[in-house]
Amino acid sequence: MTMAPMAPERTVVRVELLVDQRWFAVCELTDLTPGRGVAALLPDGAQVAVFLDRSGRAYAIANRDPFTGAYVLSRGLLGSAGGRPFVASPLLKQRFDLETGRCLDDETVTVQAYATRTHEAVSAQVA
Amino acid sequence: MSASNSRTANAAPTIVLVGHGMVGQRFLEALAERKVTETARVVVFCEEPRPAYDRVQLTSYFSGRTPDELSLVEDGFMARHGIELRLGDPVESIDRAARTVTARSGLTVTYDTLVLATGSYPFVPPVPGKDSDGCFVYRTVEDLLAIEEYAKNRTSGTVIGGGLLGLEAAGALKGLGLTTHIVEFNPRLMAIQVDEGGGAALRRTVEDMGLIVHTGVGGKEITADGDGAVTAMTLSDGSSIDTDLVIFSAGVRPRDQLARDCGLDVGERGGIAVDETCRTSDPAVYAIGECALAADGRVYGLVAPGYEMAEVAADAISGDTAGDATGGFRGADTSTKLKLLGVDVASFGDAHGTADGCLDVVYSDSRAGVYKKLVVGADGALLGGVLVGDAEAYGMLRPLTGSVPPVAPEQLVLPAGLGAPAALGPSALPDEAVICNCHNVTKGAIRSAVTDHHCTTVPEVKKCTKAGTGCGSCVKALTSLVNDELEASGVSVDKGLCGCFAYTRAELYEIVRTLRITSYAQLLDSHGRAEAREGDGCEVCKPAVGSIIASLAPTLGASGYVLDGEQAALQDTNDHFLANLQRNGSYSIVPRIPGGEITPEKLIVIGEVARDFGLYTKITGGQRIDLFGARVDQLPLIWARLVDAGFESGHAYGKALRTVKSCVGQTWCRYGVQDSVRMAIDLELRYRGLRSPHKLKSAVSGCARECAEARGKDFGVIATSNGWNLYVGGNGGADPRHADLLAQDLDDEELIRLIDRFLMFYIRTADRLERTSAWLERIEGGLDHVREVVVEDSLGLCAELEAMMADHVAGYRDEWAETLGDPERLRRFVSFVNAPGAPDPTVKFVPERDQVKPDLTILSGPTLPVRTLEGTASR
Ligand code: SRM
Ligand SMILES: Cc1cc2nc3c(=O)[nH]c(=O)nc-3n(C[C@H](O)[C@H](O)[C@H](O)COP(=O)(O)OP(=O)(O)OC[C@H]3O[C@@H](n4cnc5c(N)ncnc54)[C@H](O)[C@@H]3O)c2cc1C
Ligand code: SF4
Ligand code: FES
Repeated sequence: MTMAPMAPERTVVRVELLVDQRWFAVCELTDLTPGRGVAALLPDGAQVAVFLDRSGRAYAIANRDPFTGAYVLSRGLLGSAGGRPFVASPLLKQRFDLETGRCLDDETVTVQAYATRTHEAVSAQVA
Repeated sequence: MSASNSRTANAAPTIVLVGHGMVGQRFLEALAERKVTETARVVVFCEEPRPAYDRVQLTSYFSGRTPDELSLVEDGFMARHGIELRLGDPVESIDRAARTVTARSGLTVTYDTLVLATGSYPFVPPVPGKDSDGCFVYRTVEDLLAIEEYAKNRTSGTVIGGGLLGLEAAGALKGLGLTTHIVEFNPRLMAIQVDEGGGAALRRTVEDMGLIVHTGVGGKEITADGDGAVTAMTLSDGSSIDTDLVIFSAGVRPRDQLARDCGLDVGERGGIAVDETCRTSDPAVYAIGECALAADGRVYGLVAPGYEMAEVAADAISGDTAGDATGGFRGADTSTKLKLLGVDVASFGDAHGTADGCLDVVYSDSRAGVYKKLVVGADGALLGGVLVGDAEAYGMLRPLTGSVPPVAPEQLVLPAGLGAPAALGPSALPDEAVICNCHNVTKGAIRSAVTDHHCTTVPEVKKCTKAGTGCGSCVKALTSLVNDELEASGVSVDKGLCGCFAYTRAELYEIVRTLRITSYAQLLDSHGRAEAREGDGCEVCKPAVGSIIASLAPTLGASGYVLDGEQAALQDTNDHFLANLQRNGSYSIVPRIPGGEITPEKLIVIGEVARDFGLYTKITGGQRIDLFGARVDQLPLIWARLVDAGFESGHAYGKALRTVKSCVGQTWCRYGVQDSVRMAIDLELRYRGLRSPHKLKSAVSGCARECAEARGKDFGVIATSNGWNLYVGGNGGADPRHADLLAQDLDDEELIRLIDRFLMFYIRTADRLERTSAWLERIEGGLDHVREVVVEDSLGLCAELEAMMADHVAGYRDEWAETLGDPERLRRFVSFVNAPGAPDPTVKFVPERDQVKPDLTILSGPTLPVRTLEGTASR
């Protein structure tokens, strides 16, 4: 007996952030380019900057650059210092540790950092 | 009001400092270093509204340094050492019997030790009208703010006094756009520091800059209008000058009134009398800095002697005289080197030749505005000297003062190439030679910072010894000493690009070219520093390597499109979005307008696009049009319209060719001798898209009148009746430089061939973010070397350089047209990855002058905390 053809399925890897103790999917892994970031909106309208490093790990911190007030951290360049990944603000170049959100150039400044995970899911492609 | 009493038993002793200027702050640091602050209570009264700042660099305010940047007080310094600083609260009286000081606020503090560091006040001669509106002195940040404000909408200004400070103030007025007069009572400028010959050279140069110099006359009367504002000034010879503003810079007087009022000894001509430990006639009171009359009978108007006094007083107060071999302050060197209005001026030692039997050795070239004099003693020892127009040798001559120089004195004043000695560098100096005059640091101390304290970089040595942290004039000598010392001790000097690469940009260029490397990751993993391999690199090397790969792409056969594959991750945000990021997160757009020539149809399209997207529109300084305020998601929509109308990317975002400006030239202008517009367009189209270590700018003028300002460009072309003259290495910006003539009377073909070679040679050998001007000054052999390589082909490179440029020209494609044609590339132009259609609500605008501007209520503060990137290049 032949089965009726199913809707085409595909496996996607989602990037999720821990927001208020719940995992929230912001994008798919393939939306990210290693060494760069993207901005995403959280349910409450807050903006996060999501990054992928060379080894394929995702990070997320608040998108607002505290030195200028502009929502641009997602557009900075990634780097690593002492094995820890950072992003340099595209405006005035201050660096932020991606795991903790701590500013490496001014110890009094920190932006929020979010825990991330990648999560495999099977999605039915909607034609 | 409350009187705090510290002389009860067991209480910590109280040290009160009156005056928080340069010397006051240095004194506090000296106390902290001696740990006195751990046991004593320290109270500081500061008359000015801000903590100590660098008065010596005061004028740099006009070139953009903010008062905060001038601060001398490290963040948290006061709190860390428990020092109580009272801003804006001057001491008004001292009661020596009760050992108290009382400040304007009414606060009275009891002291065990009192230190006066009240500095000087500018002397204002009793000229009638001196109190009119528009009369200023030049001493504090507040003075400069007031001068700047008053100078707005005014056209002329006068400085009374042609000494050091007077010339500095005159330079500032000139910079504010005023017609500037200098009135000096002496027959020459800077009479104290330079002799007659030096004064004449200085005057000529100052006048060439458009300042009007009156010497041998004084100001007699200042006239004001009905509102009391200055309008003119009469001079002692009866003549009169129209002026809206007057700055008095006729010398300073020690601020010793407090001391006089409480009966301390003061000198006949002012100054609080102190002994060699800086103690006044009352053993509980010290005086340091410009307010003090030193034991040698002099009042010093310079910061270095003041710093020395601060150390001496701190020693005496901490009871620690061990480290003080000379046993106190007896006198100091008053050598100075400055760049006044862009002219180097230096004087050191016995500049006026007052010693018995001394002789002068003089070199003077009035055409070049250079004057150098050395004073040599009967025994051949160098006693002092004056250098105007070229003070390069100062760093080496000053420490030699007092000894017989290793070469004949006349050789020391000759310009390079005219029998000057083979570079007599700081290595030739004895260990006792003082390298940093501001902080009295000897060559020996610098060497020991490297050998004993294990400093391995110039910044570390600066921190360790303080050398180079004052006026900065010794940094060149310092750097060369530190490098010598490091090399001698077997440490190789790290000239690497950044923490990821130990190679310079030029070396990386060669590696990429010869090994045909086409990816950053490949380069990092094979040639990065061990600790950086397999990592993510950094924000310094990523764009630099991205640029190298892009420059070489046509030759390596790699993709030249800056957003392909891994290349995308290397680019600064500007290159990543092919537009310029603005302070509120929006972008600006600059379409290319080759040569500045544009049709009415294209102008209309720009107007329509700007109107339809609500963009702020401005003519740039580069003869094109900038459209500001586009959101990331609007960039492709805007460019679709522009590309349709025939526009291409103007690369305003890239380290690449920017504009080739033109003047209207022979076609219309009655003086033009060549078609400058056509040449500008040809050049712009030829080099568009060329990635380089820094941006590249050019201009073409149709005749020697030079309306296109070609000599301010990286490569500039000026028409002659026989063809074109090619100039290279020009720069506007913060440190302007006129371009140098590379070759003359070239025909079209020769011109383009030379530019091809020049640009490719620059791209190959320059440092990261090094404009052609800085590159030309840095590379060994300078312009002559470049001429040998690109004109005479001394390295046999020219064919290769030309071939590489041909590859570039053939491979050029418009980045925006390519981007629009590729859905994959367009995907990044969204504000939010999870809401592609949504605009960013934080990018907001408010109206201004019939257009828009960013709504910056979100901005954090008035100062921009710009971080300077590490690495080999400064910009
Ligand atoms: C738009 C414009 C100002 C204007 O409204 O007129 C401008 C805007 C900027 N200039 Fe400029 N410069 C502009 C003409 C100039 C000129 C005049 C000229 O080209 O004739 C100069 C002096 C000439 C020169 O470069 O030698 C100039 C010297 C600078 C410098 C100093 C460079 C130097 O070597 O000292 C910088 C800083 C840098 O590049 O490090 C700079 C940097 C910048 C930056 C990129 C600052 C930044 O990082 O945001 C600005 C980008 C604005 C934007 O988003 O578009 N800009 N800038 C001009 C664009 C011209 C164009 O059509 O492309
Ligand atoms: C424009 C300019 C350029 C200069 N360039 C050079 C240079 O190139 N090289 C060089 O060696 N020197 C230079 N100088 C001189 C140098 O700035 C001074 O030698 C140095 O600042 C002296 O330090 P000080 O602490 O003794 O005095 P100041 O720095 O003047 O500090 C004295 C402080 O005491 C405060 N004060 C006074 N009375 C009271 C009171 N009763 N209570 C509380 N506070 C009080 C004053 O307001 C002031 O803030 C320059 C000065 C100026 C203005
Ligand atoms: S446009 Fe140029 S001069 Fe004006 S603020 Fe920007 S960088 Fe400075
Ligand atoms: S001589 Fe002024 S900083 Fe060294």
